[in-house]
Amino acid sequence: MSAVLDTPTRTTPLSTTVTSERVPGFLADTWNVMVRELRPVLREPVSVLFAMVQPLVFLGLFAPLLPEVPHGSALQWFVPGIVVMTALMGASMTGSNLTQEMMTGSHERLLVSPLNRSSLLVGRALKEVVPVLMQAAIIVAVVTPFSFDLHLGGVLLGSLMAALFAIGLGSLSFALALVSKGQEWLFWTVQQTLIFPVLLLAGVLLPLDGAPGWLATASDLNPLTYVVEAERALFAGDYPADTVLAGFAAAALVAVLGLVVGLRAMRRAD
Amino acid sequence: MTNHTTRTGPVIRTSGLTKTFTRHKKEVRAVRGLDLEIADGELVAFLGPNGAGKSTTLRMLTTLVPPTAGSAEVAGHDVVRHQREVRRALGYVGQGNGAGHQQRGRDELVAQARAHGLGRADARRRAEELLEAFDLTELADRPVSTLSGGQRRRLDVAIGLVHAPRILFLDEPSTGLDPQNRVNLQEQVQRLHRELGTTIVLTTHYLEEADAIAGRVVVIDHGVVIADDTAARLKSALGDLVSLGFASPAHAAAAAERAARIDGASITVSGADLRVRVAHGRDLAASYVADLAAAGTPATRLEVVGPTLDDVFLDLTGRSLRESNESTDTTEGAAA
Repeated sequence: MSAVLDTPTRTTPLSTTVTSERVPGFLADTWNVMVRELRPVLREPVSVLFAMVQPLVFLGLFAPLLPEVPHGSALQWFVPGIVVMTALMGASMTGSNLTQEMMTGSHERLLVSPLNRSSLLVGRALKEVVPVLMQAAIIVAVVTPFSFDLHLGGVLLGSLMAALFAIGLGSLSFALALVSKGQEWLFWTVQQTLIFPVLLLAGVLLPLDGAPGWLATASDLNPLTYVVEAERALFAGDYPADTVLAGFAAAALVAVLGLVVGLRAMRRAD
Repeated sequence: MTNHTTRTGPVIRTSGLTKTFTRHKKEVRAVRGLDLEIADGELVAFLGPNGAGKSTTLRMLTTLVPPTAGSAEVAGHDVVRHQREVRRALGYVGQGNGAGHQQRGRDELVAQARAHGLGRADARRRAEELLEAFDLTELADRPVSTLSGGQRRRLDVAIGLVHAPRILFLDEPSTGLDPQNRVNLQEQVQRLHRELGTTIVLTTHYLEEADAIAGRVVVIDHGVVIADDTAARLKSALGDLVSLGFASPAHAAAAAERAARIDGASITVSGADLRVRVAHGRDLAASYVADLAAAGTPATRLEVVGPTLDDVFLDLTGRSLRESNESTDTTEGAAA
């Protein structure tokens, strides 16, 4: 490292006062946290691809193996699951950013700033919406030239549902990061251990139609199952009220649960 | 920015401030009943070995950890009951990097300004001003992770100053910096103090640093303040070390007898060597040596050494601060 680069030159004097408009409230704090979290994503949009590597590999290697289903193509059935999988991967890993910020020190700086503690969590969780929507758009763009019928309204609604789910899961991921402070292995162990059972039990990769009783029960208890079912309907351009409502209810349940757990973890960590 | 203190009153006041941790089922009394007042515009260094409790003290003052007992006020606000007011009033540069490694410098400055309630345009203007002042403009659009240690530190200090705080806390600011960057940082801190009149409190386990920059040195060991004064006064209280060599142990003994007449002298004889620690030793040495020659026990060698803060620490604790740092080099990070 060049010493010259590191030598600050004599500089202009700094102003001694700054005008702060007003004391920001919870919403302004949350917005500021979210905007800060989004900055690296917007500066480097390619970064959303990292969380998509696995889902895209599954899409490329798995989809061709699927048998044709009675109504519509295998891709039509598979893509909504991949969108959900991407949201699941991205949101569950998002806590690792916080882990890194706790290790390097920027989280501490935010704790000493006047930002509301709850905003630090909620703003981060809300940010998950953006990568999920970007990723859904990428996936849909990739598959549309193939045997996938684009139903834009359904895709949009489905993506919002996935985003709602991601808010909750992201929040849980942050809670996990807070709990495993200083033990990064703990974060990854828990994340990796939980992610695949949740994924498989939701029928993302394989249909669970012929599952034995215990497996079917476990699947029924998994909120993601309802999200995936609703996504499949919506991506096919169908709007069966009960399925769609069940999907949104499950996503909302995860969102509320995630935020409650996340806020508790934030207060505890204080 | 709100504050309820007058310009002349203390901006930091602690009373019986105490922090006790439980670690591995053992009670660690990190800070024990700290009473401290820091006036507006002071530049204070908390000096002590790792694990002495100085960072814990700083963390209580900046609302990062709640005290177990006692109280503290910063800018007129209680650090437990009015955390937000305290946070709004102070600037903080922690041991790590305030700037997120995935972020870019300019974005972090703007984000911090927005967090402090600056409007969009003001935040951007302030960020530019700070980038300029800290010579960071060229680096503002690079990810923080690609900056050097010294560059990151400058950015951290800039972030801490976004809202022009009246009080700036720096926790071990120069740890991990190479000597050149350490000096640069010290210059910046002194410039801030001189030009803006900011009250600055920093922790350090570098004696030279405390000596070089702080107007006031608070020496902390085992969670208590063991000395609190200017570096110059702490050292002059200890006195200079006058070392002499003689032709024989008999001469040394005679010289020791003569030295004992000097007020406040502490004397050690070993063989033909004599060591006298005494206030203003450098002023007394010449006439003392002349007296010895006249008395027929001339000194063959003379050395006068002014005290260092390490001598002060050694005198106060019986341990060398340098050695304490080496033996417990990582404990405080964990305790903090």
